[in-house]
Amino acid sequence: MDLGLVYREEYGRCVATLVRLLGDINLAEEAVQDAFAVAVEKWETLPPNPGAWIVTTARNRAIDRLRRESTREARHAQALLLYQKDEPEEVGPVKDDQLRLIFTCCHPALAPDARTALTLRLLAGLDVPEIARAYLVPEPTIAQRIVRAKKKIRDAHIPYRVPRAEELPDRLPPVLTVLYLMFNEGYTATTGPLIRTDLCAEAIRLARELAALMPDEFEALGLLALLLLTEARRPARLGPAGELVLLADQDRSRWDRALIAEGHDLVRRCLRRNRPGPYQIQAAINAVHTDGAATDWPQVLALYDQLWPLMPTPIVALNRAVAVAEVHGPAVALAVLDDVDIPGYHLLPATRADLLVRLGRGAEAAAAYDQAIALAGNETERDFLLARRAGLGR
Amino acid sequence: MKQYMLAVHSVAGAPTRSDEDTQIAYAQTDKVNNELQAAGAWVFGGGLLPPESATVVRVDDGRATMTDGPFAETKEQLGGFWVIRCADLDEALAWAEKCAQACMEPVEVRPFQGLPEN
Repeated sequence: MDLGLVYREEYGRCVATLVRLLGDINLAEEAVQDAFAVAVEKWETLPPNPGAWIVTTARNRAIDRLRRESTREARHAQALLLYQKDEPEEVGPVKDDQLRLIFTCCHPALAPDARTALTLRLLAGLDVPEIARAYLVPEPTIAQRIVRAKKKIRDAHIPYRVPRAEELPDRLPPVLTVLYLMFNEGYTATTGPLIRTDLCAEAIRLARELAALMPDEFEALGLLALLLLTEARRPARLGPAGELVLLADQDRSRWDRALIAEGHDLVRRCLRRNRPGPYQIQAAINAVHTDGAATDWPQVLALYDQLWPLMPTPIVALNRAVAVAEVHGPAVALAVLDDVDIPGYHLLPATRADLLVRLGRGAEAAAAYDQAIALAGNETERDFLLARRAGLGR
Repeated sequence: MKQYMLAVHSVAGAPTRSDEDTQIAYAQTDKVNNELQAAGAWVFGGGLLPPESATVVRVDDGRATMTDGPFAETKEQLGGFWVIRCADLDEALAWAEKCAQACMEPVEVRPFQGLPEN
């Protein structure tokens, strides 16, 4: 019996359901933690439905706790619980509850940093030290972000509900952004070692839930496809010595075929619907990268041209320039990059350096690599750039 | 139901609005006020005269002293406010958007103390 696995799988769902039952995040967290503590003592084998067991136990624990307290708030929460007494005794985690809570955690009235931390805490069940490690931010900073966000949710009465259809255009993007950033931080960590698998896994798990709960929101499907197709290439991304391997040099037999098939299937569903958005197009680009024996660059470039008006960010301009180089040659791409500025981002000078190498402009390439090396935060990427820089001399 | 203050913040020194724009803002604000009342969300609201008209009263050791002018010597000053009653922050934010559009100034949303009541 792996209680750790049950905890990871059920924690977020149970907290979400308890938040609905209790109307208070802190009470919900305490109740679920109490219930897991009871489980550690009582479970000899797994009950048939561990989530339902935890929710029922947590609910009873919360009622006990509230009866012992006599504050006005406790009475308020108790009234809420009693109000729901008509529900069947065995209450399981409800998937919609998670969706409600994701929208609360990613509410635009909360600071962007706090949204991610709160989502990881409440829905992924990561504790403060784990989140702090994942983001290499001091623990008190993370703790404070979470406390403040929870306080604001409570004080300002941010609702626990799925936004109405007409609100979704404003409310869904911050949720997608949180999941995307969570995955990205896991996949290419800003500092330290390259990949933090736990963040990637959590982002994919939550993206899956979101896509399953909102099957008509094609950007949610697009995000899931994008994450799956990126994750699929992870096994080939590092070489035997832990060094970075570029897409063109990757051993494609090491890619995860099941994830690729799932991602391609989602992309095809999006294409059939034909209502493209930024995540769907980025997923389509990754579908092209993972299709056949080599990348069809003209098609990638066509997709970037479609993405650009929807997402005119310097990062998209940079990635588009890489495709331009493959289709129209390094000189044209270099000219495109002249208009791109991303202060502090190492991949811009790194890309310039690669293009300069291909044009035989070694001295300029070396200078660009130096710039990139100075900016690169994670060790794997820095080592990769140092090796490229050293290769110039030969 | 929960109560929120929607505070209109004006920045001193910002270019003054034309008379025409001021009239438009008043008319639009009147319309939103009517909407708030029709929706049962209205508690109170009004515009304030400029901060120069303010007086601050302090009590130290039981003795009141008065000083001329606003409490905070900041560029941003409260220009007016609404107090509204609604179910949650999302509703308050939706009203704030209408209010900010109508009065053509940023609007700060702040919850009142106290638990929501039914």
